[in-house]
Amino acid sequence: MNQYTAEEMMTIAASRKLKNGVVCFVGIGLPSAAANLARLTHAPDVVLIYESGTIGTKPNVLPLSIGDGELSESAQMVVSVPEMFRYWLQGGWVDVGFLGAAQIDKFANINTTVIGDYHQPKTRLPGAGGAPEISTNAKESLIILKQSKRAFVEKVSFITSPGHLSGGDAREKAGLSTKGPTAVITDLGVLAPDPVSKELVLVSLHEGSTVEQAQEATGWHLKTNDPVPFTPPPTPLELSVLRDLNERTALAHSGTH
Amino acid sequence: MSKICSLKEAIARIVKNGDSVAMEGFTHLIPYAAGHEVIRQQKRNLTLIRMTPDLIYDQLIGAGCVKKMIFSWGGNPGVGSLHRFRDAVENGWPQPLEIQEHSHADMASTYDAGAANLPFAVLRGHIGSDLPLYNPQIKWITCPFTDEKLAVMPALNPDVTIIHAQQADQQGNVFLWGIVGVQKQAVLAAEKVIITVEEIVVKLNPPPNGIVLPHWVIDAVCKVPGGAFPSYTQGYYERNNRFYQQWDPIARDRERFNQWIHDYVMAVENFADYKAQLEKDLIPGDTK
Repeated sequence: MNQYTAEEMMTIAASRKLKNGVVCFVGIGLPSAAANLARLTHAPDVVLIYESGTIGTKPNVLPLSIGDGELSESAQMVVSVPEMFRYWLQGGWVDVGFLGAAQIDKFANINTTVIGDYHQPKTRLPGAGGAPEISTNAKESLIILKQSKRAFVEKVSFITSPGHLSGGDAREKAGLSTKGPTAVITDLGVLAPDPVSKELVLVSLHEGSTVEQAQEATGWHLKTNDPVPFTPPPTPLELSVLRDLNERTALAHSGTH
Repeated sequence: MSKICSLKEAIARIVKNGDSVAMEGFTHLIPYAAGHEVIRQQKRNLTLIRMTPDLIYDQLIGAGCVKKMIFSWGGNPGVGSLHRFRDAVENGWPQPLEIQEHSHADMASTYDAGAANLPFAVLRGHIGSDLPLYNPQIKWITCPFTDEKLAVMPALNPDVTIIHAQQADQQGNVFLWGIVGVQKQAVLAAEKVIITVEEIVVKLNPPPNGIVLPHWVIDAVCKVPGGAFPSYTQGYYERNNRFYQQWDPIARDRERFNQWIHDYVMAVENFADYKAQLEKDLIPGDTK
């Protein structure tokens, strides 16, 4: 019935969270798709930063890696990686960190390190990358990932990048003065931390999804706003810009280069 | 004396078994040719250092060259896991791999401290993360001026740093541009330095703020056109994203991996032969 896919809705819902003019530190993959969609629709003045050192980048196709030539060729400037993390991120210039995750828990802590025991892992994941310091030094962060019981767990086995830690004022008590995760966008809906407990609450549902489905894809008892509103569906413009972007990207990555 | 020599000679002379070796490159300018030469010369018990270990480190690990890896993100960018790295960590194949794990901000700072000849790097980071519980090198200090709690890590000073760049001149001065990652810091932090370049030119023509590494901080400069393939060299060739995608099934399977290393690394004389062979095999549309 729907004229768009759940993944398209997820990317579009995430792109809407990015306000025009903000400085955004972008992770590769889903965050990069959402951030560039924002730039190509309602937020033409958003400043996109990738950890490879590219600042103010405007890629015509989505990069496969964090350091594709497309990023540096379309950037306002390219700086070294130490400069990127020390001056621009730690220096306090980043408004929003836009992150993906392998696993997330009910307080929006992210695990991208290991499933199971650290020394004898069931699954070894890529590791931290830039995320720990993005999640603590950016003024706030957005997280985008598909919702499933494997990905949404009550407590992550390893906190790679802190969200709201054990909830409440734990983040502040740990010495972190930035807001941390303010929204988690999935293929089923949007979650946001409760203002007091900081536990993730389902605040909107994408059309076609149900609360039961969201609960089924979550490893803890998921609280919901009552009633939970529907996410406004994609506009024709959002959908066509996203599809054009994906088409250009697929074409660029299927060639021999 | 000119620093220019063949890559084979440079690796044989400078990289010793048991060395700590940083082959840096942040997606761009990754020194694949040098990595293959290390595999071909069967260097052993290396401690490999790199912020973003990718396919070349996967190959070095699977080929049995590596005892330990110091890193902050290990994956096939945009594709998924490094399967040889995972097999070594999860199953100890072909040998157990010791790991020392950082975050990017942390590791960039430790190279920077290494280049600055300081004993440690300081960072507003690691707070709330579990990483410090598993990396005993990460410690905490209180700022003597503000009382803020900050993370500190020992400086990184590799025995050998190897990078790839666009150009060198006859004297062995090197010029690189584009995404330059942490290469300058890694070079200045190292005891010995090998740099492969796309071409040797009569005269470098850098802008006043261009990144030039003078010959007197380098031990060997080797001309290897295409030496960053399948990563890219800005101004010369683009990233071969197809190769990164095609690596995934090869690396998943131990036998297929061994065969690949044999066919494309051990059985060829040099990187140019490997590239010629690979380009013949990489038929567009063939995704097996």
